[in-house]
Amino acid sequence: MTAWLADPLNTGVATLFGLILLAGAVTGLLTRRHPGRRYTELKLRVRTWVFIIAVFVVAIAFNRVVGVMVFGLVSFLAFKEFLTLVPTRRVDYSVLIWAYLAIPLQYYWVAAGWYGMFIVFIPVYVFLFLPMRMVMIGDTQGFLRAVGTIHWGLMTTVFCLSHIAYLLALPDRTMGPYGVTGATLVFYLVVLTELNDVAQYIWGKLLGRHKAIAKVSPGKTVEGLLGGVATTTLLAWFMAPWFTPLNGVESLAVGLLIGIAGFIGDVVMSAVKRDIGVKDSGAMLPGHGGILDRLDSLTFAAPLFFHFVYYLHY
Amino acid sequence: MSPLLRILFVVLIAYPVTLLWLGINVRHRERLPLKGPAIVAANHNSHLDILVLYSLFALRLIPRVRPAAAADYFLRHRWLAWFSRSVVGIVPVARGGARRGNDPLEGCYAALARGEVLIVFPEGTRGEPERMAQLKSGIWYLVKRFKGLTVTPVFLHGLGRSMPKGSFLPLPLFVDVFVGKPLVFGEDKKEFMRQLNERFTQLRSKTAPTAEPSAEEKHHA
Repeated sequence: MTAWLADPLNTGVATLFGLILLAGAVTGLLTRRHPGRRYTELKLRVRTWVFIIAVFVVAIAFNRVVGVMVFGLVSFLAFKEFLTLVPTRRVDYSVLIWAYLAIPLQYYWVAAGWYGMFIVFIPVYVFLFLPMRMVMIGDTQGFLRAVGTIHWGLMTTVFCLSHIAYLLALPDRTMGPYGVTGATLVFYLVVLTELNDVAQYIWGKLLGRHKAIAKVSPGKTVEGLLGGVATTTLLAWFMAPWFTPLNGVESLAVGLLIGIAGFIGDVVMSAVKRDIGVKDSGAMLPGHGGILDRLDSLTFAAPLFFHFVYYLHY
Repeated sequence: MSPLLRILFVVLIAYPVTLLWLGINVRHRERLPLKGPAIVAANHNSHLDILVLYSLFALRLIPRVRPAAAADYFLRHRWLAWFSRSVVGIVPVARGGARRGNDPLEGCYAALARGEVLIVFPEGTRGEPERMAQLKSGIWYLVKRFKGLTVTPVFLHGLGRSMPKGSFLPLPLFVDVFVGKPLVFGEDKKEFMRQLNERFTQLRSKTAPTAEPSAEEKHHA
């Protein structure tokens, strides 16, 4: 048992399940304290977290190919949710089919560990190919908006999110007794980003007074943001020796980066939803909304974290 | 009519296409009939409609769930006819047959008499995406013949966008399925059709959620 727990990934996953049990217990306690309230939303949210964690564990527990397939599927669901949400032109039907084709290709580059292709494929080839395809159809009404919509969707849901998967393709590092692998980096990034969301929410609930960005997301407060970023930074510093090749200062910086980027990703997606006129991006995750409501912070945190670590250590 | 082929069709085609490729959000699934005879009336935008509708029913009910479909289209040659009848399980309706003295609904009466759940598309044809066409009143004659029969309206949203007429590959998009409250027979045909139409209008109005930011906007942490 102690030997098993000595592996930081095992300890990490066990802690996650501990946290979710705790959340379940708190929900139960709240329900008993306030018999008048039903806490349906909270219960659903906790239950969905169990499912999300289970899928996440599958993604990092086996090997790069399994991980790439899971994250590829996540990108597919996210892009599909994005397209369902945003208005598209009917003439662009075939362009959208091409856009979907970018997903398996992008994740193939990840599985193959072909960094050069991974980094240019979407922003260069796909972003230039799709407008050409649209010009061949010939409808110029709403052209710029259509191009922008499709590009933004691919950028966030496929290109940005695929950076999580590419962590799995980075070479292993022998540091400490267990070494740093792609899986530990993915764990570090994803868990910190999601905990940052939760921490900002809790700090906001506890101390929130001043609205951070009232026009876009009225629920966000300065207190929530600062409390969340501080919590994330502390946790990033604490976890770094086991999960990353980062030193003390670097890990503090990366904590700040994840905390702030997570917040920005969240409010940018809020702006998109507000523009369209919906509150949730979908209904895939009961208690959370859509899958984009859960991934919004990662769309910004993942590429920034990736390049920070990649530049310094790989 | 082989139940095995129909179950395979649903498991190997309807489920993967509907649940994986597309993805559906069903509102009020519990309003669907659990046994026949009963009628499910849906709007019609694409060939995917039937796959989505099949995926809403329990697998053991599938051999007894059958869509009414145009004979002139689905039986137009031998292979398609075999596929439509044995694999999809359609009940053929001869459009325009009334003029030749045959009741086009003969097959539907027989299916309901066998206690099956009949899926009908009262618009008659796939039309403009997401736009309801004039409802055909054949459905009233069915309910009239079998008193006590319920008609459950189902509004499908997003399928016309996913697979416009003339395309072969469905575009992956989430699809909304709204199941309405069942309707029972009424003597007045016009009134019955008006009510059915109203149910569809009502269900359709739920497809465009206008998100008014509430005072305390919900966070998703």
